[in-house]
Amino acid sequence: MSTIVPFGPQHPVLPEPIQLCLELEDERVVSVIPVVGYVHRGLEKIAEKKDFIQDTYLIERICGICSFMHSMSYCMGIEELMSIPVPPRALYLRVIWAELHRIHSHLLALGLLADAFGFENLFMQYWKSRERIMDAMECTTGGRVMLSSCCIGGVRRDIDENQKKFVLDQLKEVEKEVTSLNRTMMEDYSVKQRTVGIGVLSKEAAYAQGAVGPTARGSGLVMDHRMSGYAAYRELAIEPVVETAGDCYARTMVRCREVMQSIDLIRRAFAQLPDSELKTPFKGNPSGEAVIRCEQPRGEVLYYFRGNGTDKLERLRVRTPTFANIPAMLTMVQNCQLPDVGVIIISVDPCVSCTER
Amino acid sequence: MRVFTLFKEIMANLVHGPATRKYPYVRRPDFPGTRGRLMIDESKCIFCGLCARKCPSDALEVTRKPDQMWKFDQYKCILCAACVEACPKKCLRMAPRTEKYPDEE
Repeated sequence: MSTIVPFGPQHPVLPEPIQLCLELEDERVVSVIPVVGYVHRGLEKIAEKKDFIQDTYLIERICGICSFMHSMSYCMGIEELMSIPVPPRALYLRVIWAELHRIHSHLLALGLLADAFGFENLFMQYWKSRERIMDAMECTTGGRVMLSSCCIGGVRRDIDENQKKFVLDQLKEVEKEVTSLNRTMMEDYSVKQRTVGIGVLSKEAAYAQGAVGPTARGSGLVMDHRMSGYAAYRELAIEPVVETAGDCYARTMVRCREVMQSIDLIRRAFAQLPDSELKTPFKGNPSGEAVIRCEQPRGEVLYYFRGNGTDKLERLRVRTPTFANIPAMLTMVQNCQLPDVGVIIISVDPCVSCTER
Repeated sequence: MRVFTLFKEIMANLVHGPATRKYPYVRRPDFPGTRGRLMIDESKCIFCGLCARKCPSDALEVTRKPDQMWKFDQYKCILCAACVEACPKKCLRMAPRTEKYPDEE
């Protein structure tokens, strides 16, 4: 006889509301039905009512964790529709802020995972390091979470020498702290007991179900959209971080190593930062269709634009990475034990506000 | 098998004291350029209404007739500073969070 247990929408491990109805046989999960829609805000519809410049600030508010990357993808789309060239310095500054966002998102996810398996101390330590990145973002852009520094045709603010020094100092501290914390995450006996071999997603299943981001890379798929070289990634040469095991441990490893990779990327971007203007002025309204893909901390985001020559977009569609990862997450949860469900869900790092927009 | 891997950090934290501040008594100063609050210098404003037109959240309302009025709903404001960039007379600015409005206690 099976029992149905509702997991969420309010659950201690979940930072955002999503419900999973778990069908249990004893302690084993046999099937799972997701219920979404608790934080739907209708942002795609509002984007059609505001003009396309105001939308930059609206789109940024789809998600609090990857806000800069949302506004960057949106600006890239409008720039493609209107054929606006972006100055090289602006491209590099975009990469710097995007990578700062990736670090803070991954530290948040690692902290939440530690919280999910009950390691409170590790959780606090990761978030302590994350605070340094938030300070770096506030120092350079004026906002801790909503940077609002990306605009159509470039960026709104420059990073001067003092700010650059502050960011690099913070990164040095973060690197030192996170290196020692990652050792706990990778080698500790009790952590490994909760993550190794739990929630396995095979490479074939990850491909068939369209997983993206660290979820796909943890299963051995070499998928990192930064390799395609948008913004300034072309000159920075990205090596994707890939693990093959496909369990919670592998996905966590991907995040731990990507934090280090992002720190390295920011340093290289600062070293190569060219001198140029920050913004290209433009006139007119967008018309035609465009599709833009961008690598966010949780995976690949897809933007679809349709403009009709007026100042309002006719249609804006956003396919966020968590939306693509939900089928893969359901596969992982099947046949696992009930106490592991929380850890598996957090190891995917779901962002429900992104998913429902 | 490795256990107590976080031991060194825990000991270091015990010695160093808390990483947080005693908030109401010790406040972190804002960075220069933080978008904390929107402030206006009314003497310079020409009530052109450009700020209200650029505002993505309709937090601003500007009228010229019959009376000149610049109205700002700070609970609607999303602190994007689009109005500050649009202002032709540069009478708008983003102030630190700690700065008070003229009529604020």
